[in-house]
Amino acid sequence: MKAQHLKIKEYCKISNNRVLLNDQLLYEDQGSDFTTFIKLAYKKMDTNYPKFFKMDDLSKLGFLASDILLKPMTQDAEITKNIALVFSNSASSLQTDRKHQESIVDKENYFPSPAVFVYTLPNICLGEISIKHRLYSENSFFIFNHFNAKYLHDYASSLIESEKADEVLCGWINCDVEDYEAFLYLVSKKGSIEHNKEEIIKLYTTK
Amino acid sequence: MNKTYLSYNNIVSSLGFDSPTVVQKIHEGLSGVTLIEDETLFPNPFYASVIDSDYLGKAFEKLQPAGGYTRLEQMMILSLDKIIKASGVALTDRVGLILSTTKGNIDTLDPRNPMPAERAYLGTLGHIIKNHFGFSTEPIVLSNACVSGILAISTAKRFISQGTFDQVFIVGGDIVSNFILSGFNSFQAMSTLPCKPYCKQRSGINIGEVAASVLVNKDQDNLPPEAVEILGEASCNDANHISGPSRTGEGLYRSILSAFKEANVGPGDIDYICAHGTATIFNDEMEAIALNRLGLDAVPLNSLKGYFGHTLGASGLLETIVSMHSLYHNTLYPSKGFTELGVSQPLNIITAPIAKDLNCFLKTASGFGGCNTAAIFKKVRS
Repeated sequence: MKAQHLKIKEYCKISNNRVLLNDQLLYEDQGSDFTTFIKLAYKKMDTNYPKFFKMDDLSKLGFLASDILLKPMTQDAEITKNIALVFSNSASSLQTDRKHQESIVDKENYFPSPAVFVYTLPNICLGEISIKHRLYSENSFFIFNHFNAKYLHDYASSLIESEKADEVLCGWINCDVEDYEAFLYLVSKKGSIEHNKEEIIKLYTTK
Repeated sequence: MNKTYLSYNNIVSSLGFDSPTVVQKIHEGLSGVTLIEDETLFPNPFYASVIDSDYLGKAFEKLQPAGGYTRLEQMMILSLDKIIKASGVALTDRVGLILSTTKGNIDTLDPRNPMPAERAYLGTLGHIIKNHFGFSTEPIVLSNACVSGILAISTAKRFISQGTFDQVFIVGGDIVSNFILSGFNSFQAMSTLPCKPYCKQRSGINIGEVAASVLVNKDQDNLPPEAVEILGEASCNDANHISGPSRTGEGLYRSILSAFKEANVGPGDIDYICAHGTATIFNDEMEAIALNRLGLDAVPLNSLKGYFGHTLGASGLLETIVSMHSLYHNTLYPSKGFTELGVSQPLNIITAPIAKDLNCFLKTASGFGGCNTAAIFKKVRS
């Protein structure tokens, strides 16, 4: 199987108010809530993309983690990159769904907004990333109760082996009532980490 | 690479609870879209395709379910039950389960709904379906806006070719809810009349509800007569806008081109296009541009939204199943609601049932987030 030759090139984690790139700490701010933390992290990373502030929390989280990995690869506007996006989580877009639901529950206080409603789909985050990095590529958003390394591994391998994508940005982006978590990794033909289920779980669980 | 086939299939909709009944109604020109007056769903009367609750409840009771199930769970279980039984497939660790939905049990977020709000987690929905039937593998829920239904077919094919599964059951479903109606209304996307895809008089979408299911199989044995082979599929983003389609149809154009490449076919091989056709000004125009860029303007085309409304995460799956039966019957069904071309580029819209030898069809969908998907299917028996 060609799958054995695929590698993990880089990975990025945003959780517990820390931003890590390949286990190198890029930013930490233990005192802030998510809204403040993600804004400060955005500034620290020189993201410079004003549309960021219109996004919901899930899109902000996915966008920032992706941007850290993709920015060095997509800076040259002339070269189109075929990088697929395969994201997963357990809460879908529920945080924004709850917000839209609140706006329609009371007939006397009825104010549904298209700016909120559009984010009641988890794949909007993939659209935001595709726009920023000019990715005319495969997008898929899966929902699992828990991180599922086996399915992500098989799906990413299939996209590269069938030549639907050159590389796959893969992982877990979740926002829920209590917590948030981002773990993204780039599957490629080049890299130093083996692309297999065990390595993916190891990277995901190492704090 | 393995070949993959769409085999046993079912549709639970306002037009009936099995594929042959639903397709027969379409043949007769009947639509499931009617005027609904239900203030719990929307303050004003609206056009939608809604399943009769009594009929659904009675059909579901016959399965003698243990415990309480939501409306969507009942629809999905009813649909999947029929094809699991018809296929006789044992649910071993080689058999996958994919759910395709945009909003799942979103109605349970409403405080008036008797079910707990936790039921709105899509993974929970997946596990309820898994446990009801006793699947051995973890359910895969795909939630990728309005392309979910076709992308679920692509996903099943990919997992089979990767060796993860030998067979995959897909069930797609979404319901008509106040959540969805209020949202699309806030976008001013809802039509006040039955929808008219590609028509000059079109004025927006109708929402519909459906559960549809299909067995994806890598073996040619045990296929029903309407089975088709999946020749190629692809999904490309517009990289343009999160809620509006690309003006050049870029993502759809690239999706179809890439599906052609995998299928090793060209525009001349396509006998019929089952397009997305939501009946919004921008969507229909975008599709016309993309299809013309590919030289597909003369191929007979319909949108099935006039029969079912827009059934969101189930639409691509539902419409693929109807198209399979269209091939089987060698009959092109009209694009309901269409009278006069209302897009800037030529399209060959089907206006009356036409008997014709059909071998190969293209299915497309596009959705929020700039996503597009295309898939090409071919008749197994000629």
